[in-house]
Amino acid sequence: MTQGIGVVGLYVRDQDEALAFYVEKLGFRVHTDARNGDYRWLTVQHPEQASFQLGLFLPGPPIHDAATAQTLREMVAKGAMPPLVLMVDDCRATCERLDALGVEFTQKPMNRYGTVDAGFRDPSGNGWKIIELVVPKSPSQVSQ
Amino acid sequence: MGQSPELLRRLLRAKDRIDEAPHEDWLVPRLAQISAVSPAHFARAFKQAFGVPPHRYVLTRRIERATGLLRETALPITEIAFQTGWTSLGTFGRVFQDINGASPSEFRERAQASALQLQHVPECILRAAHRPDLTTAVSEKRQQKSIDITTTSSTECPSKESI
Repeated sequence: MTQGIGVVGLYVRDQDEALAFYVEKLGFRVHTDARNGDYRWLTVQHPEQASFQLGLFLPGPPIHDAATAQTLREMVAKGAMPPLVLMVDDCRATCERLDALGVEFTQKPMNRYGTVDAGFRDPSGNGWKIIELVVPKSPSQVSQ
Repeated sequence: MGQSPELLRRLLRAKDRIDEAPHEDWLVPRLAQISAVSPAHFARAFKQAFGVPPHRYVLTRRIERATGLLRETALPITEIAFQTGWTSLGTFGRVFQDINGASPSEFRERAQASALQLQHVPECILRAAHRPDLTTAVSEKRQQKSIDITTTSSTECPSKESI
């Protein structure tokens, strides 16, 4: 793919904490870690998805005034941010691995709608779903 | 006054535990421990953070799960009541009626008659969308309803029900 969404950002409580979580636990890798004074542009990406970056951003200056930054930190901590979905080949195996690493699960893997899904939170409070990718049947299989 | 993000993150942990198993007994000391807050402060802090006291939040999650089971399964209503955390069928029926304005069996008939195709919405969002909005306590709601009925004729601003 040559066009599409390049970066989507998340607000996190602490960029070092988020970096450790997304890299060491979820297995993402750092794409960009650039600083300009106190400001830090930090993005990670899924190892199999080179065309997409997930920004791990801190609410605060120069983007937000103090009150707005505080509100955003509260919203993240209350789990009020939009859901994120991670697609995997094997949901149960992924969850077992993440569980062993101490990831905070909000829902153990369960069979639903013909696939398996689970839920976890990042340290800041952002909620993720893990959904097992269902490989669509090929047309020849469907017609049979 | 705002609450610290650290406290909110810990309160969210208690909310997540309720979400995962609303049928369990969620007494304040147990929830307070999950959030590492004193029981005395837990209920107030939870309400400030999420808009409803913890007990009522548990109730919304139970009712929501019950409505899902009524809509999507053929389980007997007694079984649904027990599965969603009630110990008495009578209490379940009364609370359900108070919140949804229909008995569980009436609700089931209506829901199954107008079965919607919603499976492409993530399940967690779907459940949230069907969660009752209990901005007042169920007992208050019941009381309010009777007040509305008795005062509708004399109020200048008619209540929603009378419009």
